[in-house]
Amino acid sequence: MRTQKWSAVGVLLIVALVFGACVAPQPGMQPAAPQAEAPAPAPAVGGVQIPEPVDGKFNVAFVYVGPIGDGGWTYAHNEGRLYLEEALGDVVHTAYLESVPEGADAERVIRNLARAGFDAIFTTSFGFMDPTATVAEEFPDVYFVHISGFKRNDTNFANLFGAMESMKYLVGMIAGARAQADGGNRIGYIAPFPIPEVIRHLNATAMGMRQTCPDCLMDVRWIFTWFDPDKERQAAESLFDAGADVVITGADTPGPVQVAGERGKWGVGYDSRNACDVDPEHCLTVPYWEWGPEYTRLVQSMLDGTFVGADIYFDVDSGSLGLLGFMEGQTPLPGVPAEVIPSVEELLAKMLSGEINRFTIFTGPIRDNKGNEIVPAGVTLTQSDLEGLQGIPGREDCTICMNWLAEGIVPDAEIPQ
Amino acid sequence: MELAFLVTLLAAGIRSGTAILFATIGEIFAERSGVLNLGIEGMMLMGAVSAYGVAFATGNPWLGLGVAMGVGGLMALLHGMVTISLRADQVVSGLALTFLGSGLSAVLGAPLVEVRTAPRLPVFPIPVLADLPILGPIFFNHNVIVYIGLLMAPLGWWYIHRTRPGMELRAIGEYPAAADVLGINVNRQRYAYVVFGGMMAGLGGASLSLAITPLWIEDMTAGQGWIAVGLVIFAGWDPLRAALGSYLFGAIRRLPLDAQNLPFFLAYPQLGYFMNMLPYLFVILLMLISARSELRRRIGAPAALGQPYVREERGV
Repeated sequence: MRTQKWSAVGVLLIVALVFGACVAPQPGMQPAAPQAEAPAPAPAVGGVQIPEPVDGKFNVAFVYVGPIGDGGWTYAHNEGRLYLEEALGDVVHTAYLESVPEGADAERVIRNLARAGFDAIFTTSFGFMDPTATVAEEFPDVYFVHISGFKRNDTNFANLFGAMESMKYLVGMIAGARAQADGGNRIGYIAPFPIPEVIRHLNATAMGMRQTCPDCLMDVRWIFTWFDPDKERQAAESLFDAGADVVITGADTPGPVQVAGERGKWGVGYDSRNACDVDPEHCLTVPYWEWGPEYTRLVQSMLDGTFVGADIYFDVDSGSLGLLGFMEGQTPLPGVPAEVIPSVEELLAKMLSGEINRFTIFTGPIRDNKGNEIVPAGVTLTQSDLEGLQGIPGREDCTICMNWLAEGIVPDAEIPQ
Repeated sequence: MELAFLVTLLAAGIRSGTAILFATIGEIFAERSGVLNLGIEGMMLMGAVSAYGVAFATGNPWLGLGVAMGVGGLMALLHGMVTISLRADQVVSGLALTFLGSGLSAVLGAPLVEVRTAPRLPVFPIPVLADLPILGPIFFNHNVIVYIGLLMAPLGWWYIHRTRPGMELRAIGEYPAAADVLGINVNRQRYAYVVFGGMMAGLGGASLSLAITPLWIEDMTAGQGWIAVGLVIFAGWDPLRAALGSYLFGAIRRLPLDAQNLPFFLAYPQLGYFMNMLPYLFVILLMLISARSELRRRIGAPAALGQPYVREERGV
């Protein structure tokens, strides 16, 4: 009997560890705004309460992969949702579900939201792509928008993402200038996963760095997670121990910026505009997502009946991307070297006006970190190249796929396969 | 491999293993008294959020540390009431505590997510010792919380193995009926040690939010409470070995990052996937081994662990 009980504890622990390793928090749900009257108990799906739509309004539901309290990715999406409510006022009602696990549960959650009567559903993690695509076919009268994927159906299901790589290029310029000013030549980058999105951001940063610091080298730490406060900090420490002057994070928490402060060095955050708040003295900037304008534009097009289920990929000129210290009404943080400010401002102004964009950055000649020419002079990567798409119905295949590391990244480095 | 590589690895291991160490030592005391508490993760999260909140509100991180211990202790008291007085199943109650803690900390911590500047515990290089070659950077150039952990392990060992109350503690976990005959109040002592375990878990959580990863982020323990449960078994219910295990675990977490700078790993980066698995593999293996009862006896599991004590009922 006791042996059995112990085995049970062992099994439970293993299950818990697996959950811990995946950092899958408990599904929880809160209605977005205080509701006028308490509705009848809503149906529950796999421990997740499905919120109730409000009659007479355009109901928009958001499905988040993490907690809105992550201070990063999901936090920024939730800020976007609040912006949408503010912008469209009484016309819309929004609700959200946080910490929804990717996989089979997600499909049930999305389907139940559609069945409950929501008019539009936004799903904000790569792993929600297939579930969203499936449910979109079942509910042709409901609008679906998936963020960070590549599927769509030309009618009621679109995908949405943005050219963070444009901002990352400017980040690289600032970091390179900082290292140069400090008499160093080492930049560190914390890379979450070896996927095209992350590699694209990494390469853009390295190319920007080489603009302002031609002899700078970039160290990379792959951490295989988007969210693990301890590991993100450790990666920053590891990079500083290896001699980095500036550490740029591509993961969710602002821990690396804190480490920079403790070392008297420099950090760059990611995702949400308050990432520098932990130590503005040692933070150079943060490239952040401003989902609000894009959400509002999309929901407005649904209200107008002009929504198309397309591939929507916005660049800096959409106003949905930000670079802390350089947007309207902001001033650069004290750590940014004065000599680099004019050139960053100039490029950013061109990006905001649409004069240049991500394709300008990814135009040859571009070499990889081993010195081989990847993009010949005059050739520009296509959107499929940037996204590393292969065998996706309705999309062309990439020819120069995003699976190389740009010049400036340490020559020995390879992408984990 | 250069010496500097090992030194930074070990220093980082000691630093980031500290939170797990506190939680593990606390759980050792609770389990030594016969009460399994699987609620560590929840107590750590509650400790982390209350420490951060109090430190921010009062400007005093030490007060935050104290409140976190109180909160952890209170949660453990709940577990004690359910399992010691009401004699409910310890596994179920502990799991419930974890769910309670992770949910409640998320709700209470929601306004703290935007607070980025709560005071932290200070880093304090110990004079003279910090300048020693090798040993200095590994042991003596840390946050104060790390030194508390370094002291706690030998103190815990001494208490359990060299003092009279420590002997009583072992007795109530091994053979509560005999301890009862000797006039030891079994349930009262169990309450005390369960609450102590909770205070240590709270301290562990506070060490995260005030020193090791000083911020409040929802779910910031990321499974460390469960690692602590596993490490108790690795440690054979001994605080000194718990220190070894916690610091080793911290170092194993750091290893895949530092290794990415070595030429060998730069050429074979896919090894990173495997190395990232190591910490969890390490604990899963421990669990599999320790689920075998005869082995468990040999590594020193308290015989009455998991069983409520009822006077005049035949125990183990």
